[in-house]
Amino acid sequence: MGIEKESYNPDQTPKKHALSLQLDVSKFEKATDEEKKQADVMSESSSFFRDGMKKLRKNPLAVFSIIVLIIILATIIIAPHVVPYSYSQIITVDGRRDKSATNMAPFTYSKMEQAYMAKGGKVFPHIMGTDELGRDYFIRVVYGTRISLSVGVFAALIVLIIGILYGSVSGYYGGKVDLIMMRIVDVIYSLPDLLMIILLSVVLNEVIKPSGNGFLAKLGTNMISLFIVFGLLYWVGMARLVRGQILTIKQNDYILAAKVSGAKGSHIIRRHILPNSISVIIISAALQIPSAIFTESFLSFIGLGVKAPMPSLGSLASAARSGITTYTYKLIFPSIMIGLITLAFNLLGDGLRDAFDPKLRR
Amino acid sequence: MAENNVILSVQDLHTSFTTDHGEVMAVNGVTFNLNEGMTLGIVGESGSGKSVTAYSIMQILEKNGSIKSGKILFKGEDITRWPEAKMRDFRGKKCSIIFQDPMTSLNPVFTIGWQLKEAIELHTDRKGKAAEDRAIEMLKLVGVNEPEKRIHQYPFEFSGGMRQRVMIAMALACEPDILIADEPTTALDVTIQAQILELMQDLQKKMKMAIIIVTHDLGVIAQMADEIIVMYGGRVCERGTAEDIFYRPAHEYTKGLLRSIPSVDKIGQRLVPISGTPINLLNLPKGCAFCPRCDQAMKICLEQQPPETRTIDGHLSSCWKAIEEEAAAGLIDLTGPDGKPEDTSKLAEVSEKD
Amino acid sequence: MFKYIVKRILLAFVTIFIVCLITFFTMNAIPGGPFAGEKAKSPEVQAALERRFNLDKPVGTQFLLYMKNLAHGDFGISAKTGREISATIGTKFKVSARMGIFAVILAVIQGVFFGSIAALQRNKWPDRVIIFVSTLFTSLPSFVLGSFLLVIFSVKLGWVQAWSPQHQSLILPVLSLAAYPAAYITRLTKTSMLDVLGQDYVRTARAKGVRSSKVLFVHTLRNALIPVVTYVGPMIASILTGSLVVEQIFTVGGLGNEFVQSITNRDYPMIMGVTIFLAVFMVTMNLLTDIVYKLIDPRITLE
Repeated sequence: MGIEKESYNPDQTPKKHALSLQLDVSKFEKATDEEKKQADVMSESSSFFRDGMKKLRKNPLAVFSIIVLIIILATIIIAPHVVPYSYSQIITVDGRRDKSATNMAPFTYSKMEQAYMAKGGKVFPHIMGTDELGRDYFIRVVYGTRISLSVGVFAALIVLIIGILYGSVSGYYGGKVDLIMMRIVDVIYSLPDLLMIILLSVVLNEVIKPSGNGFLAKLGTNMISLFIVFGLLYWVGMARLVRGQILTIKQNDYILAAKVSGAKGSHIIRRHILPNSISVIIISAALQIPSAIFTESFLSFIGLGVKAPMPSLGSLASAARSGITTYTYKLIFPSIMIGLITLAFNLLGDGLRDAFDPKLRR
Repeated sequence: MAENNVILSVQDLHTSFTTDHGEVMAVNGVTFNLNEGMTLGIVGESGSGKSVTAYSIMQILEKNGSIKSGKILFKGEDITRWPEAKMRDFRGKKCSIIFQDPMTSLNPVFTIGWQLKEAIELHTDRKGKAAEDRAIEMLKLVGVNEPEKRIHQYPFEFSGGMRQRVMIAMALACEPDILIADEPTTALDVTIQAQILELMQDLQKKMKMAIIIVTHDLGVIAQMADEIIVMYGGRVCERGTAEDIFYRPAHEYTKGLLRSIPSVDKIGQRLVPISGTPINLLNLPKGCAFCPRCDQAMKICLEQQPPETRTIDGHLSSCWKAIEEEAAAGLIDLTGPDGKPEDTSKLAEVSEKD
Repeated sequence: MFKYIVKRILLAFVTIFIVCLITFFTMNAIPGGPFAGEKAKSPEVQAALERRFNLDKPVGTQFLLYMKNLAHGDFGISAKTGREISATIGTKFKVSARMGIFAVILAVIQGVFFGSIAALQRNKWPDRVIIFVSTLFTSLPSFVLGSFLLVIFSVKLGWVQAWSPQHQSLILPVLSLAAYPAAYITRLTKTSMLDVLGQDYVRTARAKGVRSSKVLFVHTLRNALIPVVTYVGPMIASILTGSLVVEQIFTVGGLGNEFVQSITNRDYPMIMGVTIFLAVFMVTMNLLTDIVYKLIDPRITLE
């Protein structure tokens, strides 16, 4: 240390230069707070939601799925008002039933239609051709999509509501209540669900005879039993998820803080626990929709689907198998719709999870 | 201290990570030397780049991270240029690392013995039974009771302190020249902390290795380190002996750090926290990284990075305020004629003479 | 460990009992009984049939009798063909099982392989392609995929002959059965692998100087496959139910085909028999998976 120390002797001329740069002594003034703030380039402060949305917008597959779903939704809402055909009626030309217009390829016209057009009449094109009974296939696919989507959404809602109620009660109260409730879930969980659905569908089909002419009656008993089965069996996964979320969140200190400050149980569930688990729950509910559509199409395939003449995508695909070699397009259209819808929901669910699941964030 | 005693020399190291938000510049020009058998402490808050510096030396950065420039000389050889196969031999044999969280650092599905033996068989000629004997010997050395029985147990059957002992045993099994300890006691109870630190010092003497201890805990640093570097924003802001840093801090950040720790002789006084939040590594300021949070910040701090200069008592710091104070005392000439900026690596050596 | 297994077996028995209960009583709820809708029979024949199927006794007694017979492996006889249901299940299940085993093996190998690649190539094109394709396959019901495979390869191209008792080509049915679980396992493996790759102990292994291939296969994959193992049980269930339709499409004469036939024919004893058989099988599979899971993950403490 000794040698170095000498150079610091204030009596001697300083020998050491701090740097080669020519420095402006005036710069050695105190910086103001504003100047300091400018130097502190913060990353954009963003809320959890905004950050998630930004991530979602950057995910091309999620954006693609949203666009696809919007297009599908718009089509099934608008098309029945634009297309002059009915899903249940044989097409009519100039007021007469056209019995020859069966199994036409897309964008072709029957003899009657051609004659009518030659006379100057206007015929709306059969975008997807016609089916074996001479019904416009496009409108049937549109209605099929309507049915399949509503089945999916409705089933997901049932699952969501029951699952959240059951799971949050079980998870929040814990102890004996939780133990008993979870044993019940365990048993239901290990039931082979599809087999049970088939079984119940077979039976309910014979037992329930819905009266009236409402939406449910048109859908047929199979759909009612499908909803019943979803209500009975499918919520257990959701209930487990909700319970797990609550158990994890319950251990956080802010719940303790809320309890200490005298918050009631229901208040804690609503204000603290649900907001913190909602993203995971919604994502899982979104993924329920394709799974319900799958189940519906599966049931339709083995002949336990919606009641004829009401179409669903599954029943259309199933019916198309009879003429599969000659009229392949009849299988292709509903299959593409099922694929597109489930794909869009799956990709969207993935995108949402990547964007909003707190556990995946770094 | 002679040049040939330097076992590891890090020179102007830059490491960054590519993320969704841009390039995170975690380490921005870190330089230091580590001498044989000595202990170097790297201290700084979260995000100061201290752990990344350690991982850069081992080259075990996450996939999105890489060393952008700089050299890491091990016994004079630049290991950043080594091929992966040679690097594998460096890791574990020449240089070992232990991590912050002993609860997650051991593989849960393999027994302790299996994991120790793997390290031993990899780098030494001991295989099978010989490796197992060595594993038992190492466990005994780090103070694990009944090692013959415990090598057949899984990590979950060990307490946190015991797991960290196992980690140390694994790190030292092949007698490395350097041990890097990345926050080795942060996740442990205070009483266990002291035991682990003592164990490390004890083993250092027995095995004659150099230690780099990375921590935010000034107490740990004071107990362990021969030399300390203080990091902020991926840069070294001050370096010197424990005495230099604790009694004669020159950098405003170091002063702030010291003001913010509780100690017995400050009873009755208020602790002074450092205001503001740690620097955003995506957008480093042009000037001193600490200036947005610095009470003493000057205009020049915003515009230019402070060079590393010698303080009055001879250790090194990079702070305009310290330079100004020295200039005010007439110790240095700020507007002086030409002359090259001092080579920081040389300065670092000089500081060791202190 | 022992206690846990006993507990799980008890739960399995409870589940199977509930399945039997639901099956039996829902079937009994159908008005008219299994022989309504058949051709008109003389009262004597009707009475004899009812006696044969114990239908003259109260429902509770019927259930007990059914359960007693079931315990001896007697599922009763088909209302349609009059043959022993257990014998039919036995022969048909062999066909289904052969197809199922191939599908399980294919799905696991494919899923683990592509899932690992996706995780290792995260955010690069192989990852994106693999994940997109697997999402695509999880979005196609097996009967849609099966139908397309049949049209393209069997009908249009004529490469593969459709299944017949003489020519039991299983390629297409196995492919359409394995597609969904393979895609699912791919995604599962990727997620799980990414999780494990970010763990501290993987970093420890690298820091020890372990070569990267060993880090991958020994330190990472072993841990990453634990959740995949837990999926195998439910996967067998999904393959079995999937086989209901796939067998229909490819006219494979297996148990799934038999089940759908029995639904179409309203052959209630057969529906019951197959349901209970499949349920027992699935519950057993899930039980085995759970036990294996506990065995391979030493962290799980067994109460």
